[in-house]
Amino acid sequence: MKIEVNGASHEVQAATVAGVLAELGWGEARVATALNGAFVPKAARGTMAVTEGDRLEVLAPMQGG
Amino acid sequence: MRRFYGVSLETPLMLGTAQYPSPAVLEAAFRDSQASVATVSLRREAGKGQAFWQIIRSLGVHVLPNTAGCHSVQEAVTTAKMAREMFETNWIKLEVIGHADTLQPDPFGLLEATGVLAADGFEVFPYTTEDQVLAGRLLAAGAQVLMPWGSPIGSGLGLNNRYGLKMLRAAFPDVPMVIDAGLGLPSHATDAMELGFDAVLLNTAVAQAGDPAAMARAFGLAVQAGALARGADPMEPREMAVPSTPVMGKAWL
Repeated sequence: MKIEVNGASHEVQAATVAGVLAELGWGEARVATALNGAFVPKAARGTMAVTEGDRLEVLAPMQGG
Repeated sequence: MRRFYGVSLETPLMLGTAQYPSPAVLEAAFRDSQASVATVSLRREAGKGQAFWQIIRSLGVHVLPNTAGCHSVQEAVTTAKMAREMFETNWIKLEVIGHADTLQPDPFGLLEATGVLAADGFEVFPYTTEDQVLAGRLLAAGAQVLMPWGSPIGSGLGLNNRYGLKMLRAAFPDVPMVIDAGLGLPSHATDAMELGFDAVLLNTAVAQAGDPAAMARAFGLAVQAGALARGADPMEPREMAVPSTPVMGKAWL
């Protein structure tokens, strides 16, 4: 199915947030996630379902003021 | 220095981590300034986030994540929740921006987001103006620290409304306050500390200086000088000259 990850369109097989992260190579990365604008805690990624057209944000630590 | 949610900072300097020419310069700036807090953000992972996290960890300072760039309550609250998990801290520098040119806080959104986050266990550092009414409302909503601006973010103008900041300091004598944003020179930081603020937060003034590490050191010394002066109970200014050398005993020539 097609979903949007960090603003770019991706074709993914996985059905959960955790699955999508693993599929895109972020399985071990220190990231924080939000699905369709709502925070998805790390512990909920394994059960949080991803469906066609969803918007997933995968954020990382970055420089800030 | 007043405590920030129970934490006594080693020095009254909070330093941003953005805009440095290189990671090595960033590390030098932290070392030479002796800053005790580093501000950080969250952005879309594009391959550099993991290395940056290691750099931040190695600085050995408190981490204060921000919600920079958020213009709505929903955006800011979601970002704060993501930051809490990422950086493993309840501290959040809450920015809800209301104007694209001045980057002025949106007081209404800021107040609402402060209430939501404080109720959720966050320790909110709201980036606010010098407005006393808003300050009172933020405290009532659960903030225990205030971060009034010196002047607009990145402007380097110093304390734009010195009178207003002085009044704010006097209005809430027990509240820890950080002057955040707009400082351009170490003298601005000294001024803020002399006015009785507990710390300053800056980024651009150091990161964009020709020699960031030297400027970082200058700011570190400046906040120390200001804090020392404040504690030493400064004299009151006078309109007229008063001779400092004794008049008594002067020769009749």
